[in-house]
Amino acid sequence: MRDSKLLKIALLIVLVIGVQELTTVTDTQYYLTQLTMSAYYALLVIGLAVVMGYAGQISLGHAGFFAIGGYLSAALTTHNLVALQANPVIHGLGSLGMLVSGQDIYGEQLLVVAPWAACIFAVLMAAIIALVIGIPVLKLKGHYLAMATLGFGIIIYRIGLATEYFGEADGISEVPGFTLLPAIGSFGPISVSGDFGLRVENYYVAWGLLVIGLWLLLNLIDSRVGRALRAIHGSEEAAEAVGIDTAGFKLKVFVLSAVYAAFAGVFLTHYNGGIGPSEASVMKSVRYVALVAVGGMANVWGTLIMGVGLTFLSLRGVFGSYDDAVFGAILIVVMLFAPDGILSMNVKALFAGRRTTDEHEAKNA
Amino acid sequence: MNTRPRMLELKSVYKNFGGLQAVHDVSFGVAPGSIKAVIGPNGAGKTTLFNLISGNLNVSSGSILFQGREIQGLKPHAIAALGMARTFQNINLFHGMTALESVMVGRHVRSRAGFLAGMLRTPATWKEEREIREKSMQLLRLLEIEEFADVEATSLAFGQQRAVEMARALATEPKLLLLDEPAAGLNIYETAEVGRLITRIRDMGITVLLVEHDMSLVMDISDEIVVLSFGCKIAEDVPTAIQQNPEVIKIYLGEDEEAVV
Ligand SMILES: Nc1ncnc2c1ncn2[C@@H]1O[C@H](COP(=O)(O)OP(=O)(O)O)[C@@H](O)[C@H]1O
Ligand SMILES: [Mg+2]
Repeated sequence: MRDSKLLKIALLIVLVIGVQELTTVTDTQYYLTQLTMSAYYALLVIGLAVVMGYAGQISLGHAGFFAIGGYLSAALTTHNLVALQANPVIHGLGSLGMLVSGQDIYGEQLLVVAPWAACIFAVLMAAIIALVIGIPVLKLKGHYLAMATLGFGIIIYRIGLATEYFGEADGISEVPGFTLLPAIGSFGPISVSGDFGLRVENYYVAWGLLVIGLWLLLNLIDSRVGRALRAIHGSEEAAEAVGIDTAGFKLKVFVLSAVYAAFAGVFLTHYNGGIGPSEASVMKSVRYVALVAVGGMANVWGTLIMGVGLTFLSLRGVFGSYDDAVFGAILIVVMLFAPDGILSMNVKALFAGRRTTDEHEAKNA
Repeated sequence: MNTRPRMLELKSVYKNFGGLQAVHDVSFGVAPGSIKAVIGPNGAGKTTLFNLISGNLNVSSGSILFQGREIQGLKPHAIAALGMARTFQNINLFHGMTALESVMVGRHVRSRAGFLAGMLRTPATWKEEREIREKSMQLLRLLEIEEFADVEATSLAFGQQRAVEMARALATEPKLLLLDEPAAGLNIYETAEVGRLITRIRDMGITVLLVEHDMSLVMDISDEIVVLSFGCKIAEDVPTAIQQNPEVIKIYLGEDEEAVV
């Protein structure tokens, strides 16, 4: 089982390299931009797949965690702190190397939080908010949980829209690149940025992060914790009876998925050079749920494939002005006809007729 | 009756569901290393009593001591971690898991790997996983269902599903095992088999408290019996004395399908 996992990951890496080579040969490197963005969205979606498919919880608020990551990192790395230089806290941050100074386009002196520090802070905040929200909300089940997480998503969306610090309706732009590794000799530096010349490099950074995130999740699913999560999904009562702290595990996996979402938000924001309120919108959360559902719920690979594929098409503008409608429709169709996901539907339906749906209903009964 | 500290001690336990008194002033103890049975007609409150002990329900009043410690108010998982395991009257298996995996879940409290260790797949977790797998296979062998290790547990035959539940409970290495009607739905041979198994479990040093409808099984294997009727304890004694108890006989004569042997 482990061997097949490593083999699949190796295949994925080969595919990632192959696609990049192909775009060079066919002179279609512009595709790399959307493929890079798709990888970051996929990072969020595979984290959500573990919450939904393995722990059996739904979240209609994950765009909120993405936005917390993206907005905080954007705001911290763009807001000028020169005026606050004398403040002991700011001064302290500076002496810890957490600030960078420079000049803006008008030659004014600029002092902002370093991207790495902003990233850590943003992800940490997302984790803390997930913890605080999760404790009361994860006590709810089914529709109630969906409504509560939806409410959370709306709150984050409105905060972004209403707060000057977060740019209100315009969002935040001119977010600097994020240097992951400094230059070592002739190698590097490696930065996350939308810089035209760094397109190939950024494609590999995004896919590298996605592969690492995927590997960690696949390990988790195969572990004692993964078994406990599946057990919770199978029967909470029986899981408790063998000593599994069901509430604790649900909370931890929720926080983990929020961390994935926040990382995706941070990196994509630095890559795009900005973030706007649409990233926090409810339709984005619905889209993520649709991607997990169409990927097969308890299927991280399926979610990865559908997540990258459909997001790529969406970003290429294939769905035109029906973009959000397409994802809504996907969700409805999946729920009606293929609750185990599109990828597993054909095979199972072939052998079992309608049984896949019946089983699913029995499971939810 | 016994001066040794009790494995389990119920003191004046009450449970009301709205106006219904499902359990009414029930007190009894379970001696370590013994098999104790709770019997009584349908609706007497036996399952409710089990749910109170395992923490799935909270008592209306009264206290429950496990190894001398008050467990009333603890969550079921915390009670399980203290060394109490149970099976369910209505089989309660994990949907989508094989028999082996289901039993491996039972090793949860006896293993440690958390989120970080699991995600990074540290060498310590390999060793632990191997142990979990081996111990679980041993239990499948003990219950003679090892050939179904890789079959989805919920698709097994009824008796085998009960066996998986039992193996899962044993995997937690409990000190006290609660069995809610372990022979329900089994034929006469399978029931005798379950009887032998329960005796073996007791001989492994595990205290057993069971609810059972099959009188011959209860009389054969129990050291002591508690009789419930309409939520009240009406008798508590050794099997031979329970068989002679006029009140118990009266209750059971009132029921068509049951008879005291
Ligand atoms: N959760 C509940 N809510 C309301 N009434 C219940 C509940 N559980 C059990 N009862 C009632 O309590 C009584 C005892 O039930 P139970 O403990 O299942 O009996 P037994 O296991 O002895 O057959 C029955 O009258 C039953 O209907
Ligand atoms: Mg019962």
